[in-house]
Amino acid sequence: MIPAPFDYKRASSAAEAIALVGEYGEDAKFLAGGHSLLPLMKLRLAQPAVLVDIARITDLSYIRDAGDHIAIGALTRHMDVEKSPIVLQHAPLLANAASHVGDPQVRHRGTIGGSIAHADSASDLPATTLALGATYVVQGPNGVREIPATEFYVGFLESALAPDEMLTEIRVPKMNGATWGFQKFNRRAQDWAIVGVAAWKRGTESGVALVNMGSVPVLATSVAQAIASGASISEAAELAAAEAEPQSDLNASAEYRVHLAKVLVRRALESTNS
Amino acid sequence: MKVTITVNGQTHESDVEPRTLLVQYVRDTLGLTGTNIGCDTSSCGACSLHVNGESVKSCTMLAAQADGCEVTTIEGLAKDGVMHPMQTAFMENHGLQCGYCTPGMVMASISLLKENPNPTEEEVRIGLEGNLCRCTGYHNIVKSVLAAAQAK
Repeated sequence: MIPAPFDYKRASSAAEAIALVGEYGEDAKFLAGGHSLLPLMKLRLAQPAVLVDIARITDLSYIRDAGDHIAIGALTRHMDVEKSPIVLQHAPLLANAASHVGDPQVRHRGTIGGSIAHADSASDLPATTLALGATYVVQGPNGVREIPATEFYVGFLESALAPDEMLTEIRVPKMNGATWGFQKFNRRAQDWAIVGVAAWKRGTESGVALVNMGSVPVLATSVAQAIASGASISEAAELAAAEAEPQSDLNASAEYRVHLAKVLVRRALESTNS
Repeated sequence: MKVTITVNGQTHESDVEPRTLLVQYVRDTLGLTGTNIGCDTSSCGACSLHVNGESVKSCTMLAAQADGCEVTTIEGLAKDGVMHPMQTAFMENHGLQCGYCTPGMVMASISLLKENPNPTEEEVRIGLEGNLCRCTGYHNIVKSVLAAAQAK
């Protein structure tokens, strides 16, 4: 399968990439690792007229300790997030979730920013960064703005990014010793989750988000509220799907997904990883 | 567009359409047909090769993205007629049945050992999650990779 024809442009800076996409408008797409976009193009589900390759903007590939949070350049590959000592120390939930994306070959190419900008509710990193209370930094022709993860995912494969805006950095608050769990339920090793859960807990504070439980990644606020008001993990996990609107598909009915969400939220919160 | 790609140590300057996939480039432009196309959807790993020393699925990468890179295919492993230790390990441990997944398995396994030189059996199985064997010959594939790790 071969994509429809397109023009290929390579940008060497964020500003150049944004200018190029601005020039070609809605017909242009950013190309990072390409592991979400190229499969869609091969199936002709996406047919951009211009690809702006941003993968060589090396100054957007970094992981830094930034005090109360870690700052991750959007073009940092999954493999680099997974193995980063800074991420392993301060946001181990994110390192673990990154290690579950696709398979090693995919993680050698795919980027954290590409995964988040693609805004697929079935992907691991949108929900994980949502659970962690991340903020996304985006750059456009008129400058830089910050979008909280809670406001980023607006619909199926749709984000708050304008067509000429580029995600440049992901800011993840440090977990400061919280326990955490990442649960990914699937039938084959490398598949997307049928349902996934990213969760952390520190005393009565917690954050829980669900993978593939609706058209957007879902923040399970009812679970966190229940934990905050003293409910046990089992009691709180019963509320797992309160904010979700899961779909039925070939892999699972909506009812089964609700059941899975409750079980997986309980397992994730009971985890003693720290 | 013009791309310059070094494949198995030899630098090629080629004129390709932007939509040319890396797997098409090595197979059709360069005639290196050892890299197989399996699922063509980045699931099966048959098309795995190395770009700058790391395993990638060449059905999900453009030749344009490999411009300026070092690519190694299965044909580039043997040196002066002597097989790469991973190839030897696959041969000695019967790590293949029909052979279709084998080039991708070998390339993924070399990349795996580069990142984790002494893996456990479980780490080998998890590390090869991106490569499918339709003969289900996984047992001897895992045995081959463990043997190659020992042989080093």
